[in-house]
Formats: sequence, structure tokens, C-alpha cells
Amino acid sequence: MTFDQILFYVFSFWFIASSLAMIFSRNAAKAVLFLILAFFSAASIWILLEAEFLAIILILVYVGAVMVLFLFVIKMLNIDKSTLRAKFAGYLPLGLIVAAIIVAEMTLVLGANQFGLEVVATPVRHTADYSNITTLALQLYTEYVYPFELASVLLLIAIISAITLVHRNEVNRKTQNIAEQVKVQAKDRMRLVSITTPNEEQDND
Amino acid sequence: MISLSDYLILSAIIFCIGLVGIFVNRTNIITLLMCVELILVAVNTNFIAFSYFLGDEAGQIFVFFILTVAAAEVAIGLAILTSLFRNKGSINVDVTNSLKG
Repeated sequence: MTFDQILFYVFSFWFIASSLAMIFSRNAAKAVLFLILAFFSAASIWILLEAEFLAIILILVYVGAVMVLFLFVIKMLNIDKSTLRAKFAGYLPLGLIVAAIIVAEMTLVLGANQFGLEVVATPVRHTADYSNITTLALQLYTEYVYPFELASVLLLIAIISAITLVHRNEVNRKTQNIAEQVKVQAKDRMRLVSITTPNEEQDND
Repeated sequence: MISLSDYLILSAIIFCIGLVGIFVNRTNIITLLMCVELILVAVNTNFIAFSYFLGDEAGQIFVFFILTVAAAEVAIGLAILTSLFRNKGSINVDVTNSLKG
């Protein structure tokens, strides 16, 4: 058993164990902490797959921002624990049956016959001077620059919609009145005044 | 060595754990969102495994965009959750039945 395999099985064990603990934990805050452990294990597996940049992004963005947002919301809302678990037992057998069938089917489809080492050989590891970030950036800023811009627009929409959803009604806030602005006439805003200066009157005379 | 099928089966297992989580925790929206995150990480592991074994970086680019969309989804989902709690006083799925669907 090589060192890579030991690492893979250790990280996989923690990934699966923390995911199971996450879905079966009774406390939502504990579930978030187990999900953080699952994300760390996933990031470790991604590093085994030489996707260093995405692994770091997973930890920075997901653990650092999204999970903290989850914890923030859980602490802000007062969640009644008794009602959350009312239907726990009722749907567990159905869920387990569905999951077992899916796992069995996927194991048959994705087994060693189709995707084993004989079919898809393990690629040679890159040397130490290989930069995953450079490779990704070259692709991202040339071939995928248009989806990249679209993703930034999507994030902008997410910001605006999240703020709009949780914004309280206006309290002492200066706002536009669009209807008033549209139906305004020129005579409401502008007054024509004829001014006659004394010098011009003398010239006319 | 670790074969591609090991990674694929691992992500299939994680996907199914997330699915069971949706079945089990169907009254709690926060845990539902977390299960969706788990499913997305399983899918991303699939993409990265194929990207590594086929030597194509396009899979990693795809994961990049999936992470972006998932972050936006979580932000909007939690915003909806906050306004739901403000209006209904609870985040139980059963109280959101005003559409009578």
C-alpha cells in the first residue's frame, strides 16, 4: 500500500464519517462544524488530485465565508429543536433504500471494469515547478473569459437580491419618487423671467 | 495506486449521503441547504477526478464556476430564510404552505 493510498483512505474515511455525522446531528450548529470537517477532507482529496487552487478556494470561500454565514444565521434565528426532528424516523427507511440503490448502481457503473487502472491509467505527477494556478489562469482569462464575466454579473445579482430580500422597510431614508419624476413638466421646474437691464433700455432709446 | 473508479465511488457515496440528508431533514431548511452543499462538493470531486485522470483543465474551470454559483445560491437562500423567519416566526418547512401547493 503506497503512501498515496493511505492518505486517500484516511481522507475518504473522514469525509464520509463527517458527512454522516452532519446529516444525523440534532444540533444545526454541530452540523455546520461537521460540514466544515467534510470540506477540509474534500480539499485534501482535491490536493491529492493536483487541484491545489480549487482546494484552497474551497477552504477560503466555503469554510471561511459560506459556513461562517451559516453559523451566523443559525445563531441569529431561534430554532426550536423539537419540531425539527418530528418526522425524522418516518422518512429514514425510504431515504436509506433510495441511497442504497443509488450506491449499488453507481458502484456497478463506476467500478474497476469501466474506470479501473487498466482502462484509465494514473497520469504522471507534475514536477515541483508546475503551477496549477498559472494553468488555470491561462485557460480562465483566454478561453473562458466570457463565462468568467458572466459569473461576476451573477455574483452582483446575488448581492443585490440578498440585500433586497432582507432589507427592512424604509426608516428615515431618502428615496426617489419615480412617478413624480416622470410626470414632471418643464414649467414646474423652470421659470422664464425677462430681465431688462437699464443700459440696454438706454441703448434702445 | 488509486484508480479513477475509487474517486468516482467516493463521490457517489457522498452524493447519496447528501440525498439521505435531504430525505431525513426535510423540515429544516438550514440542513437542507447544507445537504445541497454536500451534493455539490461530491459533484465537484467528480469533475476534478476526471480533470486529473484525463489531463484536461476544463474540469477545474467548471468547478470554479460551480463554486461561484453555489456561493450565490447560499447567500440568496439564507436571505430568503431570514425573511421567512421574520414573517412566519419559524423556519419549519410546514409553515410555508400559503401557496396551498
